Amino acid sequence: MIRTPLRPLARILDARKKGENPDAIERENLRIRHEQMRDSARTRAEGRLLVLGVMFFCAFSVVGARMGMLSASEPSEPRAQTQGASIVAARSDIVDRKGRILATNMETHSLYAHPQQMIEPERTAKALVQIFPELEEERLIKDFSGNRKFVWVRKKISPEQKQAVHDIGEPGLLFGPREMRLYPNGALAAHVLGGTRFGQEGVHSAEVVGTAGLERFLDDDLRDPAREGRPVQLSLDLTVQSAVERVLAGGMMLMNAKGATAVLMDVHTGEVVSIASLPDFDPNDRPAPPVEGSPSDSPLFNRAVQGVYELGSTFKIFTTAQAMELGLVNAETMIDTKGPLRWGKHKIRDFHDYGKELSVTKIIVKSSNIGTARIAQMIGVDRQKDFLGKLGFFEPTKLEITEAKGGKPLLPPNWSELSTMTISYGHGLSASPLHLAQAYATIANGGYQVTPTLLKQSGPRYGERIMRPDTAAAARTMLRKVVTEGTASFGEVPGYYVGGKTGTADKPKERGGGYYKDKVIATFASMFPAHDPKYVLVVTLDEPSENSGDKPRRTAGWTAVPVAAEMIGRIAPLLGLRPEYEQNSPVVMTSN
Amino acid sequence: MTEMVYGTVPVRDVEPILPKWWRTVDTWTLTCILILFGIGMLLGLAASPPLAERNGFDPFHYVQRQAIFGGAALVALFLTSMMSPTLVRRLAVIGFAGAFVALMFLPVLGTDFGKGAVRWYSLGFASVQPSEFLKPTFVIVAAWMMAASQEIGGPPGKLWSFMLTMLIVGFLVMQPDFGQACLVLFGWGVMYFVAGAPMILLIAMAGLVVIGGTVAYQNSEHFARRIDGFLNPDIDPTTQLGYATNAIQEGGFFGVGVGEGQVKWSLPDAHTDFIIAVAAEEYGLVLVLVIIALYATIVVRSLIRLMRERDPFIRLAGTGLACMFGVQAMINMGVAVRLLPAKGMTLPFVSYGGSSLIAGGIAVGMLLAFTRTRPQGEIGDILRGRMR
Repeated sequence: MIRTPLRPLARILDARKKGENPDAIERENLRIRHEQMRDSARTRAEGRLLVLGVMFFCAFSVVGARMGMLSASEPSEPRAQTQGASIVAARSDIVDRKGRILATNMETHSLYAHPQQMIEPERTAKALVQIFPELEEERLIKDFSGNRKFVWVRKKISPEQKQAVHDIGEPGLLFGPREMRLYPNGALAAHVLGGTRFGQEGVHSAEVVGTAGLERFLDDDLRDPAREGRPVQLSLDLTVQSAVERVLAGGMMLMNAKGATAVLMDVHTGEVVSIASLPDFDPNDRPAPPVEGSPSDSPLFNRAVQGVYELGSTFKIFTTAQAMELGLVNAETMIDTKGPLRWGKHKIRDFHDYGKELSVTKIIVKSSNIGTARIAQMIGVDRQKDFLGKLGFFEPTKLEITEAKGGKPLLPPNWSELSTMTISYGHGLSASPLHLAQAYATIANGGYQVTPTLLKQSGPRYGERIMRPDTAAAARTMLRKVVTEGTASFGEVPGYYVGGKTGTADKPKERGGGYYKDKVIATFASMFPAHDPKYVLVVTLDEPSENSGDKPRRTAGWTAVPVAAEMIGRIAPLLGLRPEYEQNSPVVMTSN
Repeated sequence: MTEMVYGTVPVRDVEPILPKWWRTVDTWTLTCILILFGIGMLLGLAASPPLAERNGFDPFHYVQRQAIFGGAALVALFLTSMMSPTLVRRLAVIGFAGAFVALMFLPVLGTDFGKGAVRWYSLGFASVQPSEFLKPTFVIVAAWMMAASQEIGGPPGKLWSFMLTMLIVGFLVMQPDFGQACLVLFGWGVMYFVAGAPMILLIAMAGLVVIGGTVAYQNSEHFARRIDGFLNPDIDPTTQLGYATNAIQEGGFFGVGVGEGQVKWSLPDAHTDFIIAVAAEEYGLVLVLVIIALYATIVVRSLIRLMRERDPFIRLAGTGLACMFGVQAMINMGVAVRLLPAKGMTLPFVSYGGSSLIAGGIAVGMLLAFTRTRPQGEIGDILRGRMR
């Protein structure tokens, strides 16, 4: 046994003393150090390799366990659904402001054929024609006996039809599930909803895309899977809409009009509570667009939004309101109304001769064209343009239906002083009834701009102030007087303080210049209750004529006003407005 | 007397190669690898006909090719495993130089086969992926450097090998081939770990990997999409992963039956990256567990054998090879079962692919060469012990 000295250097010194070569000892020391180092590295490596081994074993076990779990679970997706990208068919419902369904989806089936699997094509064709009389037998036989591999028979079939087809017992006839759009209220609010059609179609599903109205405007939104089926809530009220459409249809018939429209709008929020255009259609079975005749005569035409008309004397209130706003006149200022007013070769007349002069209030109440034109002259071209622009008469309305873009107001190509004078009483500028409702809402709510909307709002949405509250109030007082002592005397609805302005405009001829003598657009733009208006209602009748008297009466006072009054009488309670009676009027209580 | 009459019997002073090889080689690992190769052929019969059909070949075109490449791979495996560690190291260093040059010239001369990453050389009859050959040879070179650094007065081999790793990773990321880059990084990390990495450094590196991953996620569309697909809890059934999961579920414990599987028709990579899904669908969990057990046996057994190894180079190189092999298999299977984000990585010896097979044969051959039983200086220990 050789003892290893504690200090290596001692050995070297020792060796030197003995005269030996110290290098051998140096090497020996180095070797020992090296070996020690390797040994320690090895022990460390042994431990770490063991760690690695265990880690690998665990990891492989986890993979194995996971495989086992997956194998033990059932495949969650059926194979059929994994083939190809599926067509997203879910479309959100549309509901009214109280959550009642306006548009929803229904499960139905499509019918298609695989002619190559057919056993008796001719018998099948014959049987199919009995179920679907609109199909042609020869054509079906041709389709079924040819080389085609796939034939659509019907895109939508009812459960009864499905059963009948089933009973034919033909293996080559197949059904595909379909989701179809259903409008349970039929023609109600047809122009708002528009309609849908099938887009991309497959055997297992078909895309439903909006073709018109709100369905088209909000198509992306309605189809957005992120909505998760949450319905789109509209500002429309189903019961009010129903009442409006009924009264309007009755009024249209009574007044022998060829078309009619009504817009009911909340003056503070801009919510359109009801909007109707007659004649209408059933969005469940939307007719094809007309190929001949004027598109504006088609039931598809939305008169309230797309139809731009000269709206007549309803415009007068804007002229007087602006003049009062500018401080040019007040309600009692006397204006020269001696007629006719000559301007170049043009003459402006009144319906009756109103004498030498009238107060501003009387001009509105009596509806004097001459007086309004004189006030417009005081305002001037630029200020009038500016004001009408702020009221929204220069742009299409922003209502959430595709047709709104088409309702672009018609403005005079060059806005002369004569234009200013005629526009002051509503001739020379065409706008839609919705434009008019939007502008009247500004007077009704105390002077704020309002944007009409079809989507339910949570509170007032005022835009820019364009009129002082006192001007608006003065204008409202005049509008109330139009009903109490003026042209709209049929517009009084007990307890609801209706205020408004009539407008009767001769219809321009479609070809050539000039106006028809016996065709008018009669409009009544109203608000109620006049002292604190909640709603504006615009009723427009196209070519009305009231024939109860000895000669046909066409003015708005005789046609549009009674219809509007009937409407207000029916819808005001539905809207939750209490009738207000004056204190001194006797209250009769009946006990049974 | 006899010797005097007939002369001495000629005796070689070294043992004959084959008997020595058989005596010292790890027959368990060898058996596992041969079984894996057999399973690969079996699955190739199932998984590659759809591909052959798509490309307009005879249904078993790819199986034949797999057999040819497999034969070559086995020859390479046996030859390599018979070499001495020193010879392996020398050849591997030469091979590494060649593969590295090939990798560098990929952007100029390579092709992407329309897959969006330039990783291959097209040789007409076959394509070669240099990174497949780079991986095992890189392990040898890095192990060599690290082992050298453990000598007294040796070079700073750990630093060198790290720089080399980064260079290779850079080239691979440029292709882009994040999978191989990760494997190379992982191989180096494992070797460094066994070579005695300080614990603090290991933790810091884990952090670096996380940061690197984040940067890659933000800057590479390719990478980000895969991670998003992984993090998304519900599987889109029309993605590769969706099909794979479905196939595993369809297969259940015993599979839907040979040739009855459907997933191979829908998955473009059924014969390579998702071959485990084909196995699961047609042969069920049973075969999958066998495959996993085979890989686990190879890796764990090799690591345990390496624990006894005293030569630092052999220990490190063996560790690197075994771990890379195991991790590649694990990532491939982990992706199919959604334990890991989708990453194209072949299943060694089972997936179809010429370069992958031959490179795998060489790598495993080297591993076998390193895990052979050899004297570990036990006698020296005894002597030293007696001396003390």
